Amino acid sequence: MSAPPTYSLESTDNGNFLLNLGPQHPGTHGVLRVVLQMDGEYILAADPVLGYGHRMQEKIAENMTYLQALPYVCRMDYLGAMSYSLAWVCAVEKLCSFEVPERAVHVRVMACELNRIASHLLWWGAYLLDLGAFTPFLQAFADREQILDLLEYITGSRLTYCYFRFGGLAADVDDVFLRRVEDFVTGFRQRLPRYHDLVTGNVIFHHRSKDVGVILPFEAAGYGVTGPCLRGSGFAYDVRKCEPYSGYDRFEFAVPAEQEGDCLARYNVRMAEMEQSLAIIEQAVATIPDGPYRARVPRVIRPPAGEVAMAVETPRGELVIFMVSDGSTRPCRVKFRVPSFANLSIFARLARGQLLADALAILGSLDMVIPEVDR
Amino acid sequence: MNGYRYLAGIVTGSVSLLKGMRVTFANMVSRPHTVQWPRQTAPLPARFRGHIRMLADEETGFPRCFACGSCARICPSACITVQGRKPGDRKKKVAVRFLLDFTKCSLCGLCVESCPARALAFSRDYALAGYRDTEFRTMDLLEGLASPFQF
Ligand code: SF4
Ligand code: SF4
Repeated sequence: MSAPPTYSLESTDNGNFLLNLGPQHPGTHGVLRVVLQMDGEYILAADPVLGYGHRMQEKIAENMTYLQALPYVCRMDYLGAMSYSLAWVCAVEKLCSFEVPERAVHVRVMACELNRIASHLLWWGAYLLDLGAFTPFLQAFADREQILDLLEYITGSRLTYCYFRFGGLAADVDDVFLRRVEDFVTGFRQRLPRYHDLVTGNVIFHHRSKDVGVILPFEAAGYGVTGPCLRGSGFAYDVRKCEPYSGYDRFEFAVPAEQEGDCLARYNVRMAEMEQSLAIIEQAVATIPDGPYRARVPRVIRPPAGEVAMAVETPRGELVIFMVSDGSTRPCRVKFRVPSFANLSIFARLARGQLLADALAILGSLDMVIPEVDR
Repeated sequence: MNGYRYLAGIVTGSVSLLKGMRVTFANMVSRPHTVQWPRQTAPLPARFRGHIRMLADEETGFPRCFACGSCARICPSACITVQGRKPGDRKKKVAVRFLLDFTKCSLCGLCVESCPARALAFSRDYALAGYRDTEFRTMDLLEGLASPFQF
């Protein structure tokens, strides 16, 4: 790592100047600061400055019991908290070789996919807001609200769910929930064309997103970009398919991918993913068995010494939790490999030479959650 | 050829804008999704997680808590302070002090789950507001409950 650059706000001889994008800019969706070196409207260099939201999540987790750390992992990606809980409980279950009852597996998948749709909807609304359209935001929130209501119904919380437990769930779901999920799937399928009418075909949107921020396939692989951004660059890589966890191999779904690698491709991937998530939810509701929702596990979790790496596909990409246990009740070492951090790393390269307005379009299309970057 | 493409672009572009406007206008005349808070409230689900509260024993009206400390130990943020004493005639302790530091509580629900006496529940109170944080730093959960102790 090189020494941190120093910044001066005075413009240089040739008229270049520095611009602070953030840390409180509506286009950065959190406390991200990007120092831009500008030549008029064009960006010469972009330099993300991180750490405003740093909370030492890894260290906190190392100082807590396995169960106590569970509420904390949700705080990293508050928009895809289910996947984070899932990664944490699956990592511990793998370490302790716990079995999870079928019913719990189905509910977990259902909850994670609902959460994924909610996250994509929020991204959709916020991204269009970045591009200057306000109506889509409200449209997305109206539908997202229904998902939050569903998840609140089973978990009691709207964002930081903390619903999974080692060996199962905190509470069972009832038939009312399953019927409501079915209704939502049907209803949302009917409303999806509206999204396409409103935005996907829109000529202004096309001009703003087509051929903007192109991630070439080798760059995507080199920077460790994952999730919809990687799939927008032509790799159909999805952890749910490549290393199935939590019973994802039981469900039929496709991994949508686009070749172009621009903002529009990432947009299309996410839109297609929502449909796939609906398909997964539908199958999970149809095949959910009766039975226990929580396996009997020891009250005090004391995994055998060893290490485990658990990869999970969050709405933003691949999350890996690496955990070392020394046989005590607290993890000896925890490492989170978060998708947003890796996805942000390519931003500097994409923003170079772009218009400022396009840089915002690119930043939005990477779909980052800043507390996850900083963690 | 280029001129034709240019014109075709204008036509398809305009059509796409009209299509989008149709969605917007349809929304304009549809039922609102919002409620007029505070005159109306949205329904709270049964499992809603508000701050924790202490349940009373049906028979005695005393707090159900017997001060085992299990909730205080499991709380990730160390929000709970609990103390108990044995009333003269009984074997089990009863809580004399149960304080919640709501400013640190993450509403995770681990305390409610861990209580062997099922003494804790979530309140349905979500519109908390105060003038200073001390009001929520030491919330007395035993307030309003009977106590076997004379002070
Ligand atoms: S809900 Fe969680 S954070 Fe709050 S008091 Fe209970 S255990 Fe502590
Ligand atoms: S776990 Fe229950 S009984 Fe034990 S101290 Fe807490 S509230 Fe009281």
